[in-house]
Amino acid sequence: MKTLEHPAPSRRAVLRGAGDFALGFLLVGRVGPARASVSPIPQPGDAAAAAADGTPAFAPNGFIRIDRTGPVRLVIPNVEMGQGIYTAEAALIAEELDLGLDQVVLEHAPPNNELYATALLGEQATGGSTSSRANWLLLRKAGAVARAMLVGAAAQKWNVEATALTVERGVAHHAASGRSAAYGELAEAAAQQPVPTQVNLKSPADFRLLGKPLRRLDTPQKVDGAMQFGIDIRVPGMMVACIAACPTNGGRVASVDDAAARAITGVKDVVRLEDGIAVIGEHFWAAKSGVDALKIVWDRGPNANFSTSRLFSELEQTSRSGKPIVARQVGDVNQSGKAIEAIYQLPMLAHAPMEPLNAVAHVRPDACEIWVGTQVPVRAQTIAAKVTGLPPDKIIVHNQYLGGGFGRRLEEDSVGLAVRVAKAVDYPVKVIWTREQDIQHDVPRPAYYDHIAAIVNADGMPVAWTDRVTGASVLRRWAPKAVRADGFDSDTTEGADNPPYDLPNLKAEWVPFEMPKDLPVGWWRGVGPTHNLFKVESFIDELAHAAGKDPVAYRRALLQKNPRVLALLDLVAEKSAWDSPRAARIGRGIAIGSVFGSHVCVMVEVEVSPERAVMLRRAVAAIDCGFVINPNTVEAQIQGGLVFGWTGALYSRLTYEQGAVQQNNFNDYRMMRINETPPIEVHIIKSSAEVGGIGEVGTAIAAPALGNAVFSATGIRIRKLPILAALEAA
Amino acid sequence: MITMTINNQDYEVAVSAEMPLLWVLRDVIGLTGTKFGCGIAQCGACTVHVDGQAVRSCVLPVGSLAGRLVTTIEAVGKTPAGKRIQDAWLDVEVVQCGYCQSGQIMSAAALLAHVPNPNDADIDSAMSGNICRCGTYVRIRQAIKQAATGKTVAMQTVANGTPPTPGDAAGRPR
Repeated sequence: MKTLEHPAPSRRAVLRGAGDFALGFLLVGRVGPARASVSPIPQPGDAAAAAADGTPAFAPNGFIRIDRTGPVRLVIPNVEMGQGIYTAEAALIAEELDLGLDQVVLEHAPPNNELYATALLGEQATGGSTSSRANWLLLRKAGAVARAMLVGAAAQKWNVEATALTVERGVAHHAASGRSAAYGELAEAAAQQPVPTQVNLKSPADFRLLGKPLRRLDTPQKVDGAMQFGIDIRVPGMMVACIAACPTNGGRVASVDDAAARAITGVKDVVRLEDGIAVIGEHFWAAKSGVDALKIVWDRGPNANFSTSRLFSELEQTSRSGKPIVARQVGDVNQSGKAIEAIYQLPMLAHAPMEPLNAVAHVRPDACEIWVGTQVPVRAQTIAAKVTGLPPDKIIVHNQYLGGGFGRRLEEDSVGLAVRVAKAVDYPVKVIWTREQDIQHDVPRPAYYDHIAAIVNADGMPVAWTDRVTGASVLRRWAPKAVRADGFDSDTTEGADNPPYDLPNLKAEWVPFEMPKDLPVGWWRGVGPTHNLFKVESFIDELAHAAGKDPVAYRRALLQKNPRVLALLDLVAEKSAWDSPRAARIGRGIAIGSVFGSHVCVMVEVEVSPERAVMLRRAVAAIDCGFVINPNTVEAQIQGGLVFGWTGALYSRLTYEQGAVQQNNFNDYRMMRINETPPIEVHIIKSSAEVGGIGEVGTAIAAPALGNAVFSATGIRIRKLPILAALEAA
Repeated sequence: MITMTINNQDYEVAVSAEMPLLWVLRDVIGLTGTKFGCGIAQCGACTVHVDGQAVRSCVLPVGSLAGRLVTTIEAVGKTPAGKRIQDAWLDVEVVQCGYCQSGQIMSAAALLAHVPNPNDADIDSAMSGNICRCGTYVRIRQAIKQAATGKTVAMQTVANGTPPTPGDAAGRPR
């Protein structure tokens, strides 16, 4: 996921303006337009939910619904896929509304770019560690406006000054007269109040929720099995489908014999698609058994000769002879000194969220209803409209909790597939992907071939730095409007073009690479920085080693002009006892990065056995993400992000032979397990700086710290991931 | 027709004996707390208890279950070990996306029922069959130890600036 520098401005983003974000905690005269752009009910596209919920008495904007009785309902603009955003965004609103988190219930936002676009992405999407950064002020303003109108209603009712009122847990009080009224009682009158032209936001000193370690609002239902994910949806008359997909993307069904499948008890229908066969059954087992019984002849299509070895040889060729686009250039990289260079290669990766892809679709002549957990609700609506030929306002999307996203659910292919199947029948169908289908038909993270080089002075310090990234663009397909006029995709060099170090002479560039048709590549947790930090931080380590210097001391020397990052390095060095003695075969690696608006440093200690098994012994992390909304979640995201990144670094690669992915399931596409996970200590910096992203920094910094630790233990430099394969080949 | 006992309730289901318990639970009976993750007993998302033992329901034919007691995530809180594990999971705030957590809790509850005070090796052995893609392993380990010892070993999170109290920290029922 990428933060788009120049997103196509939505109406709301324009109205919201850039100026009001800069005013700090006192906003004067600027909330009017922002509010005017968010309309109250009805919420389009969620007609069923709106009808079930009833019409709120007071809905000052798209995020807040206050009924006469009952808890305040908050419509959360981003999606919850484990990162804790439902709790964080609820807290932003509740803080300014003076509500406890026990007084609210949360609703999934329906597809609506006007109401729920993430400003940093230019559309309603959750990814790129943008949610808190984009909505930190927006949601607080929404809460403050609602509070002002509720308080205004009470003041008018009691004929007193609004400034004489206080609010405690959703009840307005007038101390002098001893009167009080709950929000529900005030809701109808609040709806009649004029929209305030100015509203005060709380000073951080007055925060009761923000900055405190908050309990997640979704935890209870996730420990007793009650939480409903997309895969758990059951609607009346629904059948379940399993797909036989062509092993080669872009291939087609040449012929099929489905007689044996249809004979299986519980199989209801067999639907022939261009690129696969859907077997629909009373339950998944019938459908899956039906798929196993199909006899299909595939036309493997134009990608039948695609292979990983061919991919990397083409990447190498493109790196040498392709036309680079300069991402960033400062100073003059033509310097004299000793040249050091390296090639880093990163594989294609699957996302493998624990909840296999799925969607329920019900296509009727006049409308289409979809239940799915998606990071892109509007794209889900749009593809369903395209497949059915119905107008978008006839596509009803019920978003759900996501059993992991990691970028896989930024794609809407699973929704399109479900609608294609459902279109062929007159009942609702739940399409569930097998794990094999999930891994073999992912929209994978692209492979990269990077040529990085430095010229070092007599002290071994870099006086020139060049980095040539070669790989396929995700952005050109996913958000072509965000591509720079010269064709540059800023994601490709994010984390490489502006390292935190003092590098006065630097050139970072990207050589575009085209993947074959029908083999699209996608966002993978940590995106650009995950790829680039591995290379940059590994190469800095190479330079330190070449200079005969300690990796921490070497970085320290390059961070003298960057005290914020230097402080993290020093903290981790101290907390991890970096300088303490270590036994043979034990190595320590360090890595730092400034990405997603945050700064992070991690030390990993490993033991590498003579058989080259890698055991992670312990890790110490420090994170500076500006103002911390919920430290509980920050700690969890760093721990979990590291595990996600280490999984990829140690084990993961998707490989292709004859156009087909060779991996199948968790037996040969391994995940890190609890017995392989070290203790992870997380230090969170207290800060009043701008809110930074947190969902991907742990992932992005994981691989370089681990690779550097492996080098420290073995003397083997990891320049090609995954690590275990590199060690085997070394 | 196959008869079996799930969460102390008797069921008769008209399915083939080879059908895995997972799909009977989810698609026939409607107990969707038990999750599908891999279908080949590699990830543990489908873990349930059969006669108190943690088993992977995605590869367990229902025909083998006559006369045996199946417990799922929906009812594990009624067992002493299950309740302690769930309470610790809440206190430690283990979950992220939550999809694997039914299976994690079932494995942890079975561990605690058999090994009242598990050490790290016990935890590794009992829990390494359960994958968490969000990487909640550090807190899983903390929560199991807390459930076993009753001692707070993890960062304790609070809501509204007040320490958690049983019954109401963020207004959740206990």
